[in-house]
Amino acid sequence: MSKEQRLSEIIAEHQSREGPLMPILHDVQAEFGCVDADSERIIAAGLNLSRAEVHGVVSFYHDFHGEPDARPVVQICRAEACKSRGVEALIADAEAAAGTRVKLATVYCLGLCSVGPNARIGDDLHARLDSDRLKKLIETV
Amino acid sequence: MTLVRISDDALARACGADALAAAFEQHGCTVHRVSSWGMQWLEPLVEIDGKGFGPATLDDVAAILDGTSDLAIGVIEDHPFIAKQQRLTFARAGKTRPTSLEDYAATGGWNGLKRAREIGPEQIVEEVLHSGLRGRGGAGFPAGIKWRTVAAAPGSQKYIVANADEGDSATFADRMVMEGDPYALIEGMAIAGQAVGADQGYVYLRSEYPDAIAKMNRALELCADIIAPFQCEVRVGAGAYVCGEETSLLNSLEGKRGEVRAKPPLPALEGLFGKPTVVNNILTLAAVPHILGQGGANDYEALGMGRSKGTMPIQLAGNIKHGGLYETAFGITLGELVNDIGGGTQSGRPVKAVQVGGPLGAYLHPDQFDIKFDYEEYTASEALIGHGGITVFDDSADMGGMARFAMEFCAAESCGKCTPCRIGSVRGVEIIDRMRAGRKRDTLERQPQMHNTPKQDRSAEDEVTLLADLCDVMKSSSLCALGGFTPYPVLSAMRHWPEDFSDNPDSVRNALDRVGT
Ligand SMILES: Cc1cc2nc3c(=O)[nH]c(=O)nc-3n(C[C@H](O)[C@H](O)[C@H](O)COP(=O)(O)O)c2cc1C
Ligand code: SF4
Ligand code: FES
Repeated sequence: MSKEQRLSEIIAEHQSREGPLMPILHDVQAEFGCVDADSERIIAAGLNLSRAEVHGVVSFYHDFHGEPDARPVVQICRAEACKSRGVEALIADAEAAAGTRVKLATVYCLGLCSVGPNARIGDDLHARLDSDRLKKLIETV
Repeated sequence: MTLVRISDDALARACGADALAAAFEQHGCTVHRVSSWGMQWLEPLVEIDGKGFGPATLDDVAAILDGTSDLAIGVIEDHPFIAKQQRLTFARAGKTRPTSLEDYAATGGWNGLKRAREIGPEQIVEEVLHSGLRGRGGAGFPAGIKWRTVAAAPGSQKYIVANADEGDSATFADRMVMEGDPYALIEGMAIAGQAVGADQGYVYLRSEYPDAIAKMNRALELCADIIAPFQCEVRVGAGAYVCGEETSLLNSLEGKRGEVRAKPPLPALEGLFGKPTVVNNILTLAAVPHILGQGGANDYEALGMGRSKGTMPIQLAGNIKHGGLYETAFGITLGELVNDIGGGTQSGRPVKAVQVGGPLGAYLHPDQFDIKFDYEEYTASEALIGHGGITVFDDSADMGGMARFAMEFCAAESCGKCTPCRIGSVRGVEIIDRMRAGRKRDTLERQPQMHNTPKQDRSAEDEVTLLADLCDVMKSSSLCALGGFTPYPVLSAMRHWPEDFSDNPDSVRNALDRVGT
């Protein structure tokens, strides 16, 4: 199936819902790893919006990306409670372990604030990290 | 066969609960995955015949089963952390399987909704008003008044929106409700729908909570017939903190940029798609089934202090020995929470600072530990309860760095609508960097076309004055609390720990006095 066909399917699936744009963008991001300019154009046409409106939404939210990134992602929480539990001291080692192969992303709070430092890979959460455990997560992702 | 209970809450799972549950099954036990008791330092907590063992690892399984484990904490319900709480919203925590309709009904589930349907809209609003329930999302607005407004608003289409954006660091009570007792939230929403005449609900749930999303979807599927004609669905956020602000949230639900709307119009009158809308926090809605139970409103009203009625699920987080969920009546002091219940810092070092109310909340000094948990008392101390999250820092914390982070966070999460927040936060980061590193001003500021910047470098004291001034502007002229409250953590850190900002702490104190903020 071409990308265009798949996009039309996703749009059709949500079109009749109230406020369909966010659910569509989530599905597109999950499926293609990004919401690129082409997708924006097709979604805009499908929902009778301008491309600017769709781009405005895509660019507003941290979860949507304009370009694909093939690297695996490790999200590390760097909000206050995890800072108080020492996450900042892990960052240098984590960056070294990530190198150019893994993308480290910052997230503000995973809701596990008494057992930090915490990280998220896909839908899996990891708590009580120290430098070794975080490095191992990054190396094996 | 031995019945073992282990939580399937996201935190327990992140600490290894799934593998542990599998190991007990391999040992021939029946494992029930239940909600979490909220004693998070003990997760994964294993419960057998009411007795607890934690934090358990795979290596502990055999010893727990043959009764020789040194992780035993005795009867869980008698543990002081649990026994001293007054759990209303979290009455089922640790006791039921989250998506089991059987468990929910067996523990009084749906009684509130049943009664609500009998007594009708006006009486529901009356009871919520009488209970004194205030919004738990931060602003503390009386829930009954909001509902009454929506009920009285003209229009056939109205909405109930549950705000599950829970972006504040140190908060996880909403998550625990959704993962541990999802039907309580759904019942609360259905009651709200009954009260105001809305038949459609949305749960706006942050994307950082994959477990909660899955549980809520499952629960909604299973109870659709029970709540009908009320319908409800989950909508997933997309990583924007500001979408917890109610009007930004509504824009996001509509498929727009999450920009904050000016009020009026109030969402109660013109909310989602311009229709009258109740936006309530998860804890607010989850408190409702109890209140609507027989005599619930009176019970609720009898707890608490002043105008802060009922109980608050307080979240103990950060560098704290006994972190977790502590639901208790308003009025408890911060010192009791941090020292007596929380056991002080996890690191064993002295407490330096406590942030209450998430990233927009003030940093409190141990000298202020007798402050009582009460909306008005916190406001009077230039602090806020917010969503009830408490982050403890030990003496290794760098409060200048935390103040800088407050500004950095505001810059990263600002919706961009108003200047004091969008640009002020960036300037705030720069000023704090200059104060701390003694850096010279940007070359940009020295350009001849920057007419109104001073020609000389600022003295350390000038920088502090500038920062205090900036905070004053952000406080008084931001559209929402993101820009408007970011000064709280910054100013409180400056006031209590000036030495973390400058080699000359007196200059910080003097400047704060001069600006008077
Ligand atoms: C920047 C910002 C973030 C907010 N985040 C949340 C949130 O995550 N959850 C929430 O319930 N309320 C949040 N609020 C408060 C909401 O605007 C609103 O007051 C609340 O959802 C109303 O529900 P309540 O009356 O039940 O508290 C936030 C407010 C601001 C200004
Ligand atoms: S204060 Fe910040 S987040 Fe709030 S409306 Fe203004 S720019 Fe947006
Ligand atoms: S602050 Fe890191 S999980 Fe909440």
